[in-house]
Amino acid sequence: MTEMVRKPFSFNRVLIYTVLLTAAAVYLVPLVVMLLTSFKTLGDISSGNLMALPTHWTMHAWHKAWSTACTGVSCEGVHHFFWNSFKMAIPAVLISTGIGAFNGYVFSKWRFRGSDLIFSMMLFGCFIPFQVILLPMAATLGKMGLANTTAGLVVVHVTYGVAFTTLFFRNYYVGVPDALVKAARLDGAGFFTIFFRIMLPMSVPIFMVCIIWQFTQIWNDFLFGVVFASGDSQPITVGLNNLVNTGTGVKEYNVNMAAALIAALPTLVVYVLAGKYFIRGLTAGSVKG
Amino acid sequence: MASVTLRNVCKSFSGVEVTRNVNIDIEDGEFVVFVGPSGCGKSTLLRMIAGLEDITDGELYIDNDKVNDKPPMDREVGMVFQSYALYPHMNVAENMAFGLKLAKTHKPEIDRRVTAAAHTLQLDRLLERKPKDLSGGQRQRVAIGRTMVREPKVFLFDEPLSNLDASLRVQMRIEISKLHKRLAATMIYVTHDQVEAMTMADKIVALDQGTVAQIGRPLELYHYPATRFVAGFIGSPQMNFINGRTQSASSQNVTVTLPGGIHITLPVNGSALKPEEPVTLGVRPEHFVSADEAEIVLNGTINVVERLGYQTLAHIDVEGIASTLTLRTDGSNPVQEGQAIALGIQARSCHLFRENGEACPRLYHEPCVDF
Repeated sequence: MTEMVRKPFSFNRVLIYTVLLTAAAVYLVPLVVMLLTSFKTLGDISSGNLMALPTHWTMHAWHKAWSTACTGVSCEGVHHFFWNSFKMAIPAVLISTGIGAFNGYVFSKWRFRGSDLIFSMMLFGCFIPFQVILLPMAATLGKMGLANTTAGLVVVHVTYGVAFTTLFFRNYYVGVPDALVKAARLDGAGFFTIFFRIMLPMSVPIFMVCIIWQFTQIWNDFLFGVVFASGDSQPITVGLNNLVNTGTGVKEYNVNMAAALIAALPTLVVYVLAGKYFIRGLTAGSVKG
Repeated sequence: MASVTLRNVCKSFSGVEVTRNVNIDIEDGEFVVFVGPSGCGKSTLLRMIAGLEDITDGELYIDNDKVNDKPPMDREVGMVFQSYALYPHMNVAENMAFGLKLAKTHKPEIDRRVTAAAHTLQLDRLLERKPKDLSGGQRQRVAIGRTMVREPKVFLFDEPLSNLDASLRVQMRIEISKLHKRLAATMIYVTHDQVEAMTMADKIVALDQGTVAQIGRPLELYHYPATRFVAGFIGSPQMNFINGRTQSASSQNVTVTLPGGIHITLPVNGSALKPEEPVTLGVRPEHFVSADEAEIVLNGTINVVERLGYQTLAHIDVEGIASTLTLRTDGSNPVQEGQAIALGIQARSCHLFRENGEACPRLYHEPCVDF
């Protein structure tokens, strides 16, 4: 071991870093191209090289993408779609995560006859392709009076999300010692008290995992957004699609790139803010350490 | 404080019986240890008393109340878990106060009790710490403190020391014994460690495959085991067992023929025995004597010697006896491997077991049993 510590520049080290850096660069190139292009003028794009720096840095494309670009008949940019996505994603993420936490608690700590079967059936929800449920879901939303509304999209995403969040929380809570629940019962805590006062405060890491996962899924969804929403309830993914496909002659690559970056930004922010909780284990110390 | 009474308590898990007809009377203020090998149902029994496990059949009384159907909190029992089960997101004081808060106890009263318990358990300076910042012994004390503040009628301990290292275990053993004397509380303690059972208990309940094998004071179990299971479980190293046959038996004594045709007459009640019945003679490793004090002598060869300093264990092969016999002798004994040795056996310190494991009651009165 000490031998390895003394020789930091061994051949293997160099090889490993070379491979890693190359891979990272390959993955970063598209992002770099997008960023550079979004700050270029149209003239710059048509005359210059894809990888070249803008000769004249401008925020014009970002402004246009946000507030004046045409998305079909209206020309108001993507900002409406952007807020629609938030109106859909935030409730959907919170509701599906909340239900998942509760389900996971029951499936791990209050097993009942048949609970494993029900859990397996819920897991099945993770494997049902989106396309299969389009028609039945459309009919259901219609009957519920939620067709073409943001609330309808929230219902769809919660329904799909609960399968995943239940799985996440159940597997996390299985790792929480049963003795904790028993001790709480002896302390006089009931079903809900244990959930809210013991389990939830210990669940920060898995909450973060769920929120990142669900937010990314829901924010990036295009299919449900394009099928179940219309007009003023459409999410950003649909808005982006409309913007790119609304052509008036010249392709405005800079505007397209800026709009795509706007669409991608929230998921990046969520990951940066919540990512550190991915690795945190809060139960450490409850059992012998 | 309270008495605990179990009447014909049975437990089955999906049709498989794990506890059969358990009858135990625990008096107010008694320290009772449930002991047995893993899987004997001792923890299940404790969880039934706590109310964490349903009682399939039979009755459980705390004082004079039948508590079979009462939820854990209404039984006024406190339990200390093997894994401590401290709430990881609460500090020591919050861990101890949690039960009282749920019971809507007044804040000054909560503070008073937490401070008192912390003082008793020397946790005063750790009240702000989180469980993950405590050592094993400290966590154990917090777990006990959490139980103490609720002033339960009965304390239940589920193998509380088995996660601690050896020296800390000895220390905590003494602390729990002291605590029992100070609180004069009824305590039920589950362990698989016979040393904990022998040292701490007022009364030991030895469990064997879900049934009570014997209930008694520690030295009663040591000197007068009721079954071969108890004889083998209590005492370390284990009692030596030698197969033989009865020659004659009466209520006053039994004469047994051992391998090699040696006869020994034991002062045990053999009224249940028939002549020529296969029996097992039991001799504890510490009860072998020198040839001149003995009624009979077995000649063997020393196979392995284990020197522990304060004692030496010699494992001896005797012709005609299948199992290796163990001799416990003092640490300065110069016995060597390969050496021939004469094992003297005194009839009065022998135990006799029938084929079904039942012991023939010994008639010799051990003076120390009344201590």
